Amino acid sequence: MRSLALFLVAGWLAAQSPKYGVGRAPSADELGQWNISISPDGTGLPDGSGTAATGREIFANRCEKCHGAKGEGRDSVPLAGGQGTLKSPKPLRTVGSFWPHATTIWDYVNRAMPFNNPGMLSRDQVYAVTAYVLFLNRIIGENDVMDARTLPKVRMPNRNGFVADPRPDVATKGKRRP
Amino acid sequence: MSEEFLSSRRRWLELTAALGAGMAGCKRGTPAAETSPSLLGKPVSAYGERAAFETVTRGLPETRTPEAAASRTPLQDSCGIITPSSLHYERHHAGVPKIDPAQHKLLVHGMVDRPTIFTMEEIRRLPSISRIYFLECSGNGRGEWGEKTGRTASLSHGLASCSEWTGVPLSLLLAEAGVQKRAKWLIVEGADACKMQRSLPVGKAMEDALVAWGQNGEALRPEQGYPLRLLVPGWEGNISVKWLRRVMAVEEPYMVRDETSHYTDLMPDGTARMFTFMMEAKSLITFPSGGQKLTSPGFCQVTGLAWSGRGRIERVEVSTDGGGTWRNAELQEPRLPIAFTRFHFPWNWDGKEAVLQSRCTDQSGYEQPTKESLVEARGLNSEYHYNGIKAWKIQANGSVSNA
Repeated sequence: MRSLALFLVAGWLAAQSPKYGVGRAPSADELGQWNISISPDGTGLPDGSGTAATGREIFANRCEKCHGAKGEGRDSVPLAGGQGTLKSPKPLRTVGSFWPHATTIWDYVNRAMPFNNPGMLSRDQVYAVTAYVLFLNRIIGENDVMDARTLPKVRMPNRNGFVADPRPDVATKGKRRP
Repeated sequence: MSEEFLSSRRRWLELTAALGAGMAGCKRGTPAAETSPSLLGKPVSAYGERAAFETVTRGLPETRTPEAAASRTPLQDSCGIITPSSLHYERHHAGVPKIDPAQHKLLVHGMVDRPTIFTMEEIRRLPSISRIYFLECSGNGRGEWGEKTGRTASLSHGLASCSEWTGVPLSLLLAEAGVQKRAKWLIVEGADACKMQRSLPVGKAMEDALVAWGQNGEALRPEQGYPLRLLVPGWEGNISVKWLRRVMAVEEPYMVRDETSHYTDLMPDGTARMFTFMMEAKSLITFPSGGQKLTSPGFCQVTGLAWSGRGRIERVEVSTDGGGTWRNAELQEPRLPIAFTRFHFPWNWDGKEAVLQSRCTDQSGYEQPTKESLVEARGLNSEYHYNGIKAWKIQANGSVSNA
């Protein structure tokens, strides 16, 4: 019985320690610099803030060329409009009609926009552009302040529009569906 | 583009005709007349090139943003099951970064006991494995939902390729970092300009995901993620994040842009399916296929590719009468799970119009569906994950087009 306990403890210890021991621990600075992901509950959102009013000019300078003055699309994906079209033959998937979480806008603008020079916007500018895109979709007001506390609380219209993958969903002739 | 493929096919036919004539000559035992001294060939070379007569290329899109675009594998010109690395399809969201492997690092952190930074040199020292897997964009076949289907195999199915991948199991790196039990998802992130990220279930990561640095016997190509990429077998290509720089263990998915705004499948009721990872069974006749031409009636070996994210291909059936009757094709070995499987089907073309189709069944018992049953189940707006049966029409003059 004691040998069994020893065996289990040994196994537990083995599971807890690295087998090969390569690599090194990151510093706190390295972790802070590398981890730019924002979760739906706002985990990872940094200090800073912005409003649609301040975002308007940044959008005009950095985003409008591809996304259009009102986020209608132009040379890239549309950002605004489309609410109520998802069941129609021509659904318009925009931030306002489709995206389930407002935090995702901050994450994506921060990491990937503007297309030609991602990462150029300051934290405040990312908050401001995020607010402007939400404002274009009439989800927030022009002077609503977006920051790490308020942004995760924004309720997106299509918040409950996503379902789990039910596939395989096609019954085949030979009834060999798994 | 199709004209280019046509002319390359024509050249190939001329070449095989010349080869056949040459072999017939050998059989008769009459050596070819040599009227002039032989010319000395080229010397050895440091890195090989294909023959000057070979001109097959990836299909390129017409777009103002080729950095956020896809190129297509010319499946109609493929043989065997391996795609040359130079012809592997591409899908980038912010271009191909140039990364010095001496500078590249992978950070594993989040819900782990030991957050760890691995250098490329350290990752290469760990026990590696090599596996042959197909990789496919979930948008492959997107055009097939509509009326105007792909005119060539490349245009309809060219966002799929198959390579031998070499790397370390992701499970090994997670064990090194001591991933915690409450971690259910991994946020995986690339080092390209847009820092492409996705949420990957820990269960799949522990099952068979690879952190790969090798492809077809050499280092990854830059456009395939050099120096390090994720390879998630059988799942939509976008989750196999290229230029992998970070893996963060978390409890819940992060609902990032490319798993909400994109890579979700819109249903007729207005809801969208999310995390539709599995690439379901699919097959395609590559010869004769759209843009090619049969020069005369008679024997024609029909050949093509089948693959499934759920495992091995167990059966491929071919119909030459528009789906009226189906007969089993021969499956060429090796028949590997989650890899291209090559099939062959002997056919005597009578010189009349014909419609050729293939359908496959995988080891789970799933049979490739018709377009009609897919549309019935999902409507016309789901965009991704089209895997319906593809038909090619042979005209009486031998030319092949999309049906």
